[in-house]
Amino acid sequence: MSLVRRIANLLIRSRIDREIDEELRSHLEMRVEDNCAAGMSREEARRDALLRFGNPIVIKEEVAEADAALGLDSFGVDVRYAVRQLRRSPGFAWTSIAILALGIGACTAIFSTIKPILLDSLPYPHAKQIMMIWEMRGDGGPMGVSFGTFHGLAERSQSFTAMAVMKPWQPTFVATDRAERFEGQRVSANYFRTLGISPLLGRDFNASDDRFHGANLVILSERLWRRRFAGDKAIVGQQVRLDDDSYTVVGVMPPQFENVLAPSAELWAPLQYDPSLPSDGREWGHHLRMVGRLRPGISREQARSELDVILPALVQANPKGYDSSGGASAGMIVNELQSDLTNSVRPALLAVLGAVFLVLLIVCVNVTNLLLARGAQREAEFAMRTALGATQTRLIRQMVTESLLLASLGAVFGMAVAFTGVRALIALSPPALPRVSAIRVDVTVFLFGLGITTLIGVVVGLVPAWQASRKDLHTALRQNSRRTAGGRHWMRSILVIAEVSLAAVLLVSTGLLLRSMQHLFSVDPGFDTSHLLTMQVQESGHRFDKDAARLQFFTEALEQVRQVPGVLSAGFSTQLPLSGDADTYGVEFEGKNNEVGDPALRYAVTPGYIEAMHIPLRRGRLLSEHDEAGAPAVVLISESLATREFPGQDPIGRRVRVGPDAGHADKPWATIVGVVGNVKQESLAMGDEDAFYISTKQWAWADSAQSLVVRTRGDAAALAPAIRDAIWSVDKDQPIVRLATMDNLLTASEAERHFVLLLFEAFAMLGLVLAATGIYGLLAGSVSERTREIGVRAALGASRGSILALVIRQGMTLTVFGLFAGLLGAVAASSGIAALLFGVSRFDPVTYVGVTALLIFVSGVACFVPARRAASVNPVEALRAE
Amino acid sequence: MAKNDLQGTLDLLVLKTLSQSRELHGYGIVLHIQRASDELLRVEEGSLYPALHRMEQSGWISSEWAMTETNRKAKYYKLTPAGRKQLQDAEKSFEQLVKGVRAMLRYA
Repeated sequence: MSLVRRIANLLIRSRIDREIDEELRSHLEMRVEDNCAAGMSREEARRDALLRFGNPIVIKEEVAEADAALGLDSFGVDVRYAVRQLRRSPGFAWTSIAILALGIGACTAIFSTIKPILLDSLPYPHAKQIMMIWEMRGDGGPMGVSFGTFHGLAERSQSFTAMAVMKPWQPTFVATDRAERFEGQRVSANYFRTLGISPLLGRDFNASDDRFHGANLVILSERLWRRRFAGDKAIVGQQVRLDDDSYTVVGVMPPQFENVLAPSAELWAPLQYDPSLPSDGREWGHHLRMVGRLRPGISREQARSELDVILPALVQANPKGYDSSGGASAGMIVNELQSDLTNSVRPALLAVLGAVFLVLLIVCVNVTNLLLARGAQREAEFAMRTALGATQTRLIRQMVTESLLLASLGAVFGMAVAFTGVRALIALSPPALPRVSAIRVDVTVFLFGLGITTLIGVVVGLVPAWQASRKDLHTALRQNSRRTAGGRHWMRSILVIAEVSLAAVLLVSTGLLLRSMQHLFSVDPGFDTSHLLTMQVQESGHRFDKDAARLQFFTEALEQVRQVPGVLSAGFSTQLPLSGDADTYGVEFEGKNNEVGDPALRYAVTPGYIEAMHIPLRRGRLLSEHDEAGAPAVVLISESLATREFPGQDPIGRRVRVGPDAGHADKPWATIVGVVGNVKQESLAMGDEDAFYISTKQWAWADSAQSLVVRTRGDAAALAPAIRDAIWSVDKDQPIVRLATMDNLLTASEAERHFVLLLFEAFAMLGLVLAATGIYGLLAGSVSERTREIGVRAALGASRGSILALVIRQGMTLTVFGLFAGLLGAVAASSGIAALLFGVSRFDPVTYVGVTALLIFVSGVACFVPARRAASVNPVEALRAE
Repeated sequence: MAKNDLQGTLDLLVLKTLSQSRELHGYGIVLHIQRASDELLRVEEGSLYPALHRMEQSGWISSEWAMTETNRKAKYYKLTPAGRKQLQDAEKSFEQLVKGVRAMLRYA
């Protein structure tokens, strides 16, 4: 009650002041009047009144204080006092603020990044019912769905209310001024209905739009609509030119539509595959991704078993179709969309989350340690103030104010760290990270981190105030000249041990990741990555609709590229190792009763590709200019395929049917003329993958997008403009994309591991520094307290060396205890990053020994500085200091 | 032990004064204390006001601006029920003090 009134008084201070003035004045005047009535002169009456009253200015101050005194005024005093205290020990203040800021900021940044990816549900209605559907490879892994499979499943399955397939589409938009390439998707009619999102303007695709040779239609994203069409509402029904064709805009998606399946896609066109499913067409290629929305009440498991029942019927109905793409798949895989999207990054993110949790722990321990140390230094001060009449509550209030001040300063800087951190994380994030656009600084997490550290600050801050008010003045004041070091450091010693052990856990994890990276990059990719420039040439428009014209373009372009000075060799391939491409087809070996084996990677290449890549030839010969259309078909196979199919035999001269010809008895055989080394296609960490190479001219069709590899004499990247010009000299309208050196691709292929490693390195560094500061702080404090004891020892004949050893032993004992606990913790924690390791065991002795050595070295340094100070203590001075 | 400092005594005098009249301004309280104590107790008039305001903040007395008989604006104070209870406590502890001090004086 009175508290509320007093707070109110504070807020209306000026009015209160006026009222007090008036009240006091009326008192004085009444006294003056009475005095006058008693016969005094006016002058006398006034003097007497003031004499009786006392100093009105002082009285007024006292009255005002009575009105507002609930500590709010003294709160200001406390804050000023706290600021003064902190400014008097800037080292302590800045260390605490920096530690708090880093801890709170790092935690907030990491958690903000992870939250939309792993925790938030996807931005679709009933998102849990959206499933990702894959066909299953022989080894149980997922592979893309063929249109044939999708068509059959969509027709027969009862478990889903809607199903859709999609593939990437990158049309060139030709406006009057310039050409621009868009990221888009070709989707089947139900794509948006499966996700549960309807267009903002116009209409969704319907079944009649998605038919073979149907009309060219397109739906735009809101972003693209605003950017290129100025948000014109009349866009629906208008024509836009994409890839030399005219497309009718039928709709615009709403702005909040986040397309998690292809975040950069800005426009969508119907898939329009052939429902008659010709067995030699693209309808059987495993290059589509498929989603489905479960019917309410149907479980994921029920849906999967239904699809598994339907699949064999489909295979029976279309044996040739399935054979052309490597045979019937082993079954169907149904995953929840969210877990499917985050599957590849989840181990990495969880590891990072674990690491940042450790960092927060270290921060808490460190802050506790700092405050305890500071409290210990101030024991005398508190005892003095208690003696001078400060109450316990008053001291506690002051300590809490100091802690809160530190926490708020830490929070301000922490917020800055969080914002920078989130931005840096987005910039550094591996390309596979889903939902990057949804990452925001998360205020809840920030408050959580802030709350924890503040709480620690407040609780720990109370300890010295509480201790001080219990101690009698005499002992406390005498503490400045303690004769021996007591056991009162046990609490802080435990904290230092905790810090060392937490740092050890972080360091071991980082070490294991670092060693994995080392192992990975020492893996031979199967070709020479240096001085290699790569780019993808995509031909667009109708100029090259005929395969022959298309091949002609690529041949001429290659000739021009080879003319460029500095180019050693060059070649085209339909897919590029370590670029994310993965294009597999079935292979049928002669004498296996038309049975098509597991699919192998297909490289349709021009002569010169294998030479440019420096892929070693193991046997036979490479492809040459004579292996052209009409000549007898020849293929090269990878070593792994050769070993698997022809163990102990010579594969040269054996015959195969590949791709759409596989399993078709009426198609001609191709002869194996050479065996080449294995190449890492997907990533360095993957095992050897079977592959075959065939001349572009002998493959069933001419791919419209082909990757160029150029081996250069000098710096590969420097040659890029010249090579681009050479290609454009053949036809200037052909888009060139994905320009990168092979070394870039190699690094990018390990982006996830790299990302995690980077964060762990940062965290481990932080942990190490904090642990070292902890050890240093404890020893430095203890040495300065023991100055007298050390002086006595020195006076009694202790050598410098023995004093040095005394202090170092004290620090190293803590380190060893911490290390022991930390290494045990690291063994346990390493199971969390097991999925990210490559080529090293969780118990890799090199890492554990290395971390032990590093920690001992760092804490040795941290011990040495205070120890040297102890050893240089002059006994005479130390004793005189009493 | 009861609270027996000077401030407590001043509080007691004010509360007692207010309990006898309906409402009074500060000057009136000063006059009343002087009159009732046969001029024995003379408070420094100004020091009354911090006490009045503190007691008001504690909810023992309440105040109101009104006009005096001489047509002057003044702040009038009166006792609240909480103040009445406080007065009883204060009177009791003051009796204790007086009894104790008197016993001491007699014994010595």
